[in-house]
Amino acid sequence: MLDPFTSALLLQSGYNTALVAIGAALLGISAGSGGAFLFLRKRALVSDAVAHATLPGVGIAFMVMVALGSDGRNLLGLLLGSALSAGLGLLVVEWITRRTRLAEDAAIGAVLSVFFGFGIVLLTIIQTMARGKQAGLEGFLLGSTAGMLFQDAVIIAIGGACAIAALVLLRRPMTLVAFDPEFAAASGVSVRMVDLAMMGFVMAVTVIGLKIVGLVLIVAMLIIPSVTARFWTDRTERLVGIAGVIGGASGYVGAAISASAPGLPTGPIIVLVCFGSFAASLLLAPNRGVLASILRHRRFQVRVHRRQGLLALARGEPIFDPLTLAVLRRAGLIRKDGVATEAGRAQSAKVLRDERRWEIARQIHQDEAVSGRYDGLTPIEAVLTRDEIAEIDRRIGGPAPVGGVV
Amino acid sequence: MGDEFVQLSLTPLAIGVLAAVACALPGNFLILRRQALIGDAISHVVLPGIVVAFLITGKISTWPMMLGAAGASIVAVVLIEMIKRLGRIEPGAAMGVTFTSLFAAGVFLLEQSDTSSVHLDVEHALYGNLESLIWLSADGWGSLLDPQALADLPPELFRMTVVTLLIAVLTALFWRPLKLSTFDEGFASTLGIPTATLSFGLVGAAAIAAVAAFDAVGSIIVIAMFICPPAAARLMTNRLEAQVAWSIAFAAVSAVLGYVIAGYGPLWLGGTDAVSAAGMIATVSGMILGLTCLFAPHRSRIGVPPGSEQS
Repeated sequence: MLDPFTSALLLQSGYNTALVAIGAALLGISAGSGGAFLFLRKRALVSDAVAHATLPGVGIAFMVMVALGSDGRNLLGLLLGSALSAGLGLLVVEWITRRTRLAEDAAIGAVLSVFFGFGIVLLTIIQTMARGKQAGLEGFLLGSTAGMLFQDAVIIAIGGACAIAALVLLRRPMTLVAFDPEFAAASGVSVRMVDLAMMGFVMAVTVIGLKIVGLVLIVAMLIIPSVTARFWTDRTERLVGIAGVIGGASGYVGAAISASAPGLPTGPIIVLVCFGSFAASLLLAPNRGVLASILRHRRFQVRVHRRQGLLALARGEPIFDPLTLAVLRRAGLIRKDGVATEAGRAQSAKVLRDERRWEIARQIHQDEAVSGRYDGLTPIEAVLTRDEIAEIDRRIGGPAPVGGVV
Repeated sequence: MGDEFVQLSLTPLAIGVLAAVACALPGNFLILRRQALIGDAISHVVLPGIVVAFLITGKISTWPMMLGAAGASIVAVVLIEMIKRLGRIEPGAAMGVTFTSLFAAGVFLLEQSDTSSVHLDVEHALYGNLESLIWLSADGWGSLLDPQALADLPPELFRMTVVTLLIAVLTALFWRPLKLSTFDEGFASTLGIPTATLSFGLVGAAAIAAVAAFDAVGSIIVIAMFICPPAAARLMTNRLEAQVAWSIAFAAVSAVLGYVIAGYGPLWLGGTDAVSAAGMIATVSGMILGLTCLFAPHRSRIGVPPGSEQS
C-alpha cells in the first residue's frame, strides 16, 4: 500500500488525479520555457496584465453560451472568450505604451485592475442569473481541478503541445529580440511582430492554465521557473530548457501533493513548489547562489589575510588581527605563541620579494596592462615573464637581511 | 429615499471616496517613478499577512490584521530587494516571484485553516465588502447630528478617514523633497535629501493606504486607484500640483459614479440585484483613463518640450 503522495506521483490514485497531474506538468513545461523569453526581454509583468484580462472574457463567454441555450460550462467556449479578452487587454497595453506618454508599468497596472474589476462585475451579474449559481466561474480565479473532465484535460494537453511547438519554431527570432532588439530590427526581424507573438504565447499559456492554476497565480508559472533557471546557467538554450523542466516538475509534483490530502488547493501548491525550487537555487546554485558567494568571499578574505600576515611577519611587525593569526596558524606558518615557523619564514620572505618586485614593476610599466593587475594578491609570476622578473631582480640588487629574523 | 440613502449608501460612498483618494495620492509619485506596480504587489502580499494575523489571534480584529499586513509588506519589500541584489534579477521579475509566491502562501494558509466561522475568504480579499458597510442605526440626515447614531458608524469609516488624512498630511509635509527626488534624484541627493529613505517612505505610505483600503474595499480598488486616476491625471497636465488635484478628482468621481452605477444601475435596467461596487469603481476609473488617453490635452509624447515637467 503506497501513501497518498507517492501513489499520486505514480499516477496510481485515480483517473482524475492522473489527468490533473499530466495537465499540470504540460502546462508547467510550456509556461516555464515560454516565460524564459519574457524574462529575458524584461517584460515579465506584462503577463500579469494578460492573465487578469482573461476574466471578463470568461464571464462574457458564459453569458453568450447561456443565451444560446447551453449550460455555459463548455471549457473550450470559456477559454475562447478568455483568449479574446486577454488579447484585447494586451493590445490596450501596447496602445497605451505606444500612443500616450504613460510608461509600460502604468499601462500594465491599469489594464490589469480595470479588466479584472470589470470581470468581477460580470461575475456578480452571473451569480444572479438562474444558471449562474452552479457555474463555478470563481474556480478560474485560483484554479479548481476537482471534477476536471477528460475533454478538459485533452484541451489542456493539446494547447500545451501547440504552445511548445510554437516556441520551438520561434526560438531564434525570440532570442534575438530578447537580447538585442536594435540588432534584430537591423537584420530584418520585425521586433513588433516577435513581441506580439511572444505575448500571444503568454496568452495561450494563461488560457490553458486558467483551469488548473487560475488567473491570479498563472503569472508565477511564467516567471518563477525562468528566474530559477537563471541561477544555473548563462546560456539561453539551457535557460529555456531548465525553466521548462522546473516548470513541468513543479506542476507535476504540486498536483500530486495537492491530490494527496484534502484542503490543499492545486494552484497555490504548484506555485509554492515552484517557489521552493527557486529558494533552493537562490541558496545553493553554484556561482550565483548565496552559499557560493559567501564561500567565494570567505576564500578571498583568507587569501588577503594570509598575504598581509606574511608581509607583517617579513617586516617584523606585530600582528593583532585575530583572523590573520588564525589563518596563519592553521596553515602552519606561525606557532601558537605567534612566532614564525620555518615554513612561515620561507613564505614570508617569498611574499616580501614578490611585493618588492611589484613595486619595481609598477615603476617600469606605468601602463594599465601591468600595473592594473596589481591587487596585492596576484603573484608577479602570473603577469610577467621570467626575463622581465630577472631584470627586476637585477634592479633590486642582492638579498638583503630581512628585518626581525636576523 | 433620503433616509434610506443615509442608512445604506452614505457610509459606503464616503469610505469608497476616502479609500480611492488615499490610494491615488501616493499613486501620483509611484507612476512618475515608474513604480506603478508596487501597488499591485502590495495588494497581493497583504493577504498572507492578514491570514497569519488571523491564525495567531484567532479572530478578525483590526489592529493585528493591519500589523500582519504591514509585516507582510515589509517581508515582501525585503524579499524583492534580496532577489534583485543576490540573484542579479531585474526588478519586475523579482517582484513577480515575490508577490505571486506570497499570495499563493496566503491562499494555502486560508484553505488550511478553519475560517468558516468568520468572514475571511479569497473572494472577500479581492472584492472587499463595500456594500455591507452600512450605517444601520441611521434614520435620516438628522442622524449626522445624533451622537448615539454616530457612535454606531462602521469602524472602517473612522479608520479610512484617519489614514486618508495621514497620507494627505504626509504628502503635504514632504511635498518639496518628494517632488525633487521624483523628477531628479541626483539633484535631490546633492541638496542633501535622503532619497533612499524617502523612496522607502513612499512605498511605506502606499502600503498603509493599501492595507487600510484593502480592509474596507478589497484589492481590486486598491490596484485600480493606485494607477488609473494618477495616470489619467498625468495626461491632463504638466504640473505636478495640478496632476495631484486631477487625480483626487478622478478618484472621487470613480468612487461615487462606480458605487451609484453598481447599486442603482441594475435597478434602472430592470434587474433586481446590485453588482460588485468594487469592480464597478475600477471599471469607471478605467473608462476615465480611456477617455483621457483619447482626448486629454497632454496625452502624447510628441510636442512636449523636454524637461518642462520639472518646473
